[in-house]
Amino acid sequence: MARFTPHTEEDIREMLEAIGVDTLDDLFADVSPKLEGELDLPPVLSEYEALSDVNKLAAENTAGRPIFLGAGAYDRIVPSAVGAIISRGEFLTSYTPYQPEISQGVLQSIFEYQSVISELTGFEISNASVYDGASAVAEAALMTARQTKRDPKVAVPATLNPRYREVIETYLVETVEMSHNGGTTDFSEVPEDISGVFVQSPNYYGIVEEVAAASEAAHAVGALAVAVCDPISLAVLESPGSLGADVAVGEAQPLGMPLLFGGPYAGYMATREEYIRQLPGRITGETVDQDGRLAYVLTLRAREQDIRRARANSNICTNQALTALAATVYAALMGPEGLREVAELSISKAHYLANKLQEAGFGLRYPEVPFLWEFAVEMPDVGRANEALLENGIVGGLDLDDGAMLVAVTEKRTKEELDAFVEVVRNAG
Amino acid sequence: MLDSLIRDKGREGRRGYTLPRFDVERVSLEKVLPKQALRKEKPRLAEVDEPTVIRHYTNLSRRNWGIDTNFYPLGSCTMKHNPRANEAAAVTPGFAGLHPLQPEKEAQGALQVMHEAQGFLAEISGFPAVSLQPMAGAQGELTSILMIKRYFEEAGDDGRTTVLVPETAHGTNPATATMAGFGSQEIGTDEDGCVDVEELREKVNASTAALMITNPNTCGVYEKNIEEIAGILHEAGAFLYMDGANMNANVGRVRPAEAGVDIMHYNLHKTFSTPHGGGGPGSGAIACSETLAPFRPDPVVEKGEEGYRFVRPEKSIGRVSGFHGNFGQVLRAWNYIKMHGPEIRENTDIAVLNANYVRAQLRGTYRIPFDGLCKHEVIVQPPKGIRALDVAKGLIDHGYHPPTVYFPLIVKEAMLIEPTETESKETLDDFIGTMLELAESTPEELQEAPVNAPTKRLDEARAARQLKARW
Repeated sequence: MARFTPHTEEDIREMLEAIGVDTLDDLFADVSPKLEGELDLPPVLSEYEALSDVNKLAAENTAGRPIFLGAGAYDRIVPSAVGAIISRGEFLTSYTPYQPEISQGVLQSIFEYQSVISELTGFEISNASVYDGASAVAEAALMTARQTKRDPKVAVPATLNPRYREVIETYLVETVEMSHNGGTTDFSEVPEDISGVFVQSPNYYGIVEEVAAASEAAHAVGALAVAVCDPISLAVLESPGSLGADVAVGEAQPLGMPLLFGGPYAGYMATREEYIRQLPGRITGETVDQDGRLAYVLTLRAREQDIRRARANSNICTNQALTALAATVYAALMGPEGLREVAELSISKAHYLANKLQEAGFGLRYPEVPFLWEFAVEMPDVGRANEALLENGIVGGLDLDDGAMLVAVTEKRTKEELDAFVEVVRNAG
Repeated sequence: MLDSLIRDKGREGRRGYTLPRFDVERVSLEKVLPKQALRKEKPRLAEVDEPTVIRHYTNLSRRNWGIDTNFYPLGSCTMKHNPRANEAAAVTPGFAGLHPLQPEKEAQGALQVMHEAQGFLAEISGFPAVSLQPMAGAQGELTSILMIKRYFEEAGDDGRTTVLVPETAHGTNPATATMAGFGSQEIGTDEDGCVDVEELREKVNASTAALMITNPNTCGVYEKNIEEIAGILHEAGAFLYMDGANMNANVGRVRPAEAGVDIMHYNLHKTFSTPHGGGGPGSGAIACSETLAPFRPDPVVEKGEEGYRFVRPEKSIGRVSGFHGNFGQVLRAWNYIKMHGPEIRENTDIAVLNANYVRAQLRGTYRIPFDGLCKHEVIVQPPKGIRALDVAKGLIDHGYHPPTVYFPLIVKEAMLIEPTETESKETLDDFIGTMLELAESTPEELQEAPVNAPTKRLDEARAARQLKARW
């Protein structure tokens, strides 16, 4: 036997004898229909050969260049200490902490994660995370329906990340669009029969929205207000909890997770204590052991699928424990001042770039409204600009397919890169 | 020794990371943002230095067991060794630094990985179509049931309101049916631990959309009537969905498509050993028939003349993830499959050998509720008077992570043991010895356990009653 199975021929013989059968095939006597012959998979590779393929294919990707793409995933600094902690085998190779006596490490890290999210969002309760930002948004939409006992139908801004809206709809929630005026949403007219009103701030175009206005609009029709926020932005922006929102959700990727072509990331969800029964996913709480010592355990489990089955508040089982741990370690390393500095570096660099682009003759799509580190800039030919950027070793912004490019600037971008960006797009015309 | 929270180890002004300096003018927030939008109170986060962070989380990790530290025979979870080559693959800069919205031509390496992974999962299941989008098993279930729902909508058949679920199913199955807008109805179990075919016949009708079956099921038994079951559903115009949590007993031995299954999900973190990470991230890729393929989530990867590209299936249910699913887990699973090739069947064989060996050695002392061979996991029941929970906690004192207990729900005092193929005969012999020893303990002796763990048994009721879920 090879690979990762330790069995020798003799082991197998002794074990078969103890079982009372002659061959390994006999163990599958009850299986039907049996697969005849071998699976048609490529021949076995050694680790060295397999990783050579990995490196070969990795080289076919355009990575390691300055990236100006955002739209929900951001090229932020991941401190080395994050990787060191999340690759520890005790965390990496453990399961869900259902046996709390031997899972205090994961449980306490989730408690700390929940604390970080609660602090940033201004809420009493955070769950242990869900799959990603988009699924957190969809789960929040369903949560509003359960809490209000209305049909799942939510008002979403035209400025919501379109991918989030798509996932909401896949999860069988009806959406009604609220239009925007110059980049910020008009919350003045929301239907009365909706269960939730969404607001994204900063929105898909990087613009700061009025969470308080969305909250008021939601409450006026008896709906819940859901704020979708970039967690880094909450180092400088008022928390959704203090602006009247009922639920905050979002993508935790900016907190110490590599881009990795879209995942795994983690979706965060936080809410008021009064809505806790409708919050999906795992929650860790504090308790004591038989000797009265402080300890942590998964709690309020009666909401969950393995206990409630068909009557659970969601089918979700997993949380992204390892990526949530990355977020927790990231937040600890940065602290409130570091997070604020990440935000301020990004804002300063983004505004520098926006100003330089305007000086070069490119107009901002929404010049009248406040933005953080992402903005839409009008260009005669976004495709050509991105081609030119790529030729110069730069990954350009997102083509919005309407004559504008969505540009994201993080703390990683240097002044040289920003100047080069302007130079290249100016020359591309 | 219990550890305090990271925030309690801080002091105002300490920093754990130095950021690059400002190389452009520092913008005043008051100048570019409206006053009412600005945060007034700073979040109460830890203010600590890097050495403190590393020591804190390293010490936390030491109060946690993983496969790396202990035998972890957790039934239905497939806690096998996680090869480190997969981790090396996932941190390769050419993948780790790739933005999900980079144009396809800039991500050909990643798309090739996805395309090949789709091919591997198709071959292993026998299905023509795969989607890598679902980010966990439960989301794979939801995706599958939503695809079935959309199929019936497309066919103009609005009478399909019920999903059938065996009583031995994972809780995610009925919860998924509810979430997809179906009612769920339970099907009982026969004396062999399999779906009761007669009861199924009675309950299947024109309102049935699907049966969600797990095979081998959660009793560790292969559904001997799987082909007949598929026939019953197909005759009624319904689908057979398979929960692939237990694929570690099937790979290379049986292909679900050939057994009559229409659609299934994989748990890449179980069968293909991407790490469980303390409860996620996982990946719940699905595989399905031609009939259901057009309904797969957006996007799938196809190979064209100009390379690999993303395609939205014709009648797609839409997106289930923000980008392309948990690519990092797909990359790990792809690497794992390549390091096994067709010999991956040996994993299945040894997994089943290990479970049957444990079964044979515990039999007589522990009760075995179902006759016949088990597959990759086995249910045992402690001798009369001893509770499964007490044996589980007793195992902790001997250095073993307990098996899954009290599941499946139909077996009283169930202990579901899944050794996996990566555990040696010596490990199993030691574990068996401990299990036999614990069976001879008095209930009073076991009620104290664990005494050698980082904590004693916890007051779980208090956690809910006096909820404190943050600092």
